[in-house]
Amino acid sequence: MPEAILSAKGLEAYYGDFQAIYGIDLEVPEGEVIAIIGANGAGKTTLLKSISGLLPNEAAHVVFKGRPIGDLRADQIARLGIALVPEGRQLFPSLSVEENLMLGGEVGRDGPWSLDAVYDLFPILRERRHQPSTSLSGGQQQMAAIGRALMANPELILFDEISLGLAPVVIKSIYEILPEVVGEGMTALIVEQDITKALSVSSRVYCLQEGRVSLSGRADEVTRDQITAAYFGAAA
Amino acid sequence: MIEWANAVLQGILLGGLYALFAAGLSLIFGVMRLVNIAHGDLIVLAAYLGLSTSVTLGVHPFVALLIVLPLMAAVGYALQRGLLNRTLGPDILPPLLVTFGLSVIIQNALLEGYTADPQKLSAGPLETASIPLGELSVGVMPLLTFGIAVAVIAGLQWIFYATGLGRGFRAVSDNQEIAQLMGLNKAHVFGLAMALALAVTAIAGILLGIRTSFDPSIGGGRLIFGFEAVIIGGLGSLWGTLAGGVILGVAQTVGAKIDPGWQLLAGHIAFLLVLAVRPNGLFPRVEH
Repeated sequence: MPEAILSAKGLEAYYGDFQAIYGIDLEVPEGEVIAIIGANGAGKTTLLKSISGLLPNEAAHVVFKGRPIGDLRADQIARLGIALVPEGRQLFPSLSVEENLMLGGEVGRDGPWSLDAVYDLFPILRERRHQPSTSLSGGQQQMAAIGRALMANPELILFDEISLGLAPVVIKSIYEILPEVVGEGMTALIVEQDITKALSVSSRVYCLQEGRVSLSGRADEVTRDQITAAYFGAAA
Repeated sequence: MIEWANAVLQGILLGGLYALFAAGLSLIFGVMRLVNIAHGDLIVLAAYLGLSTSVTLGVHPFVALLIVLPLMAAVGYALQRGLLNRTLGPDILPPLLVTFGLSVIIQNALLEGYTADPQKLSAGPLETASIPLGELSVGVMPLLTFGIAVAVIAGLQWIFYATGLGRGFRAVSDNQEIAQLMGLNKAHVFGLAMALALAVTAIAGILLGIRTSFDPSIGGGRLIFGFEAVIIGGLGSLWGTLAGGVILGVAQTVGAKIDPGWQLLAGHIAFLLVLAVRPNGLFPRVEH
């Protein structure tokens, strides 16, 4: 197994007094796609928020390329090369499509992704570059959100619920371009409700349940029964 | 008739100064949802800094601006990073209380440093120069003030919509969390926004000091004019603040024409009328 580019070690996260995840251990090998599955409220989004710095953690709980980053701010972590495609797209409504993309490049990291590269990947965005981001359809907004994350030329890209709220045909086309996105030596962590989709693109899968890892293994080795048990609890 | 036309014209030009009072307030509120109660006192502080600079160095107030403007910008950045950022959060009360306290501190510090005697910035012959305009005559200084206001607002508009800095301002204004994910340090962006706002305040303070005499107590009134211009124009719209300033200025000068005691009242009535008819102001930024 290649060296882990990101690891979580006993990661705990809190919203005020409420503890959302309890001691998660996770390894993300370089160049692989890792899927995180789990029911609503299992802690998937919290995990991504912790990794990206939106939730504060203890430094040693998150290690990126050998460096403890748990206590860094989100903007510092972004500069180190971790980008998040947030749940619900969350484009900036006051900015045009192109401005959203340019803001993604604000971190100033070198790499293959530029405005042109993103427009080549999603030609529709080139057509709509000067329109307000709010004028895009849901699928186009997702493309812009992915493009915005790519503009940072991250080494690790986190996708939170990329298919949530999108039409099946749009989800299909987004998944079709995923290999192209992560093919550039990028590592990806995908949070997904659709287990079949998640398993089809990933090499390893972690299932979370109530803030803990309930199952982890190679995507082609875990069985449906194991996932069902890990997803809903052992009693199911 | 000509006297009324003159009142309107003077009001329009006065509106430029009010727009300068308002622009900084609007910018700060737009970027970080901070209502800066000390804004008027910061304008007066800038006027005093202009006074000290021009008297000490023996230079024209406009030349003093070369020192006062960067100084106020630096004060703004330090104030934001050191104090105001700590007050920002889901609760809107702390920034109000802290800037109110700041207002009291600035007034008293100015009182200690400069006494309560009214002061004035001397702009020399510029103050009395005028240009004939048909039967009317326009003061060069009010005209210059208005021109500077238009230029400042055009400049702010350009910064907001054509530069990376402005993109950052708008992004942070839209969604602070996601903006941080883009590598923007919100504390720094807010500091830059306050620096820019106080740079505008420096210009407003110097122009105020040339136009009228000032003392440490007049900040509150300037704050009200600024607020009224912002609300009339519509929150978040920079050109709206200019329109708001002009409407307020015209209402005041026309009110004063009817009866000198009505100057301030007429301004407030115009403000209330706009609020009653268009609660979001005349040019509100499109809400999302």
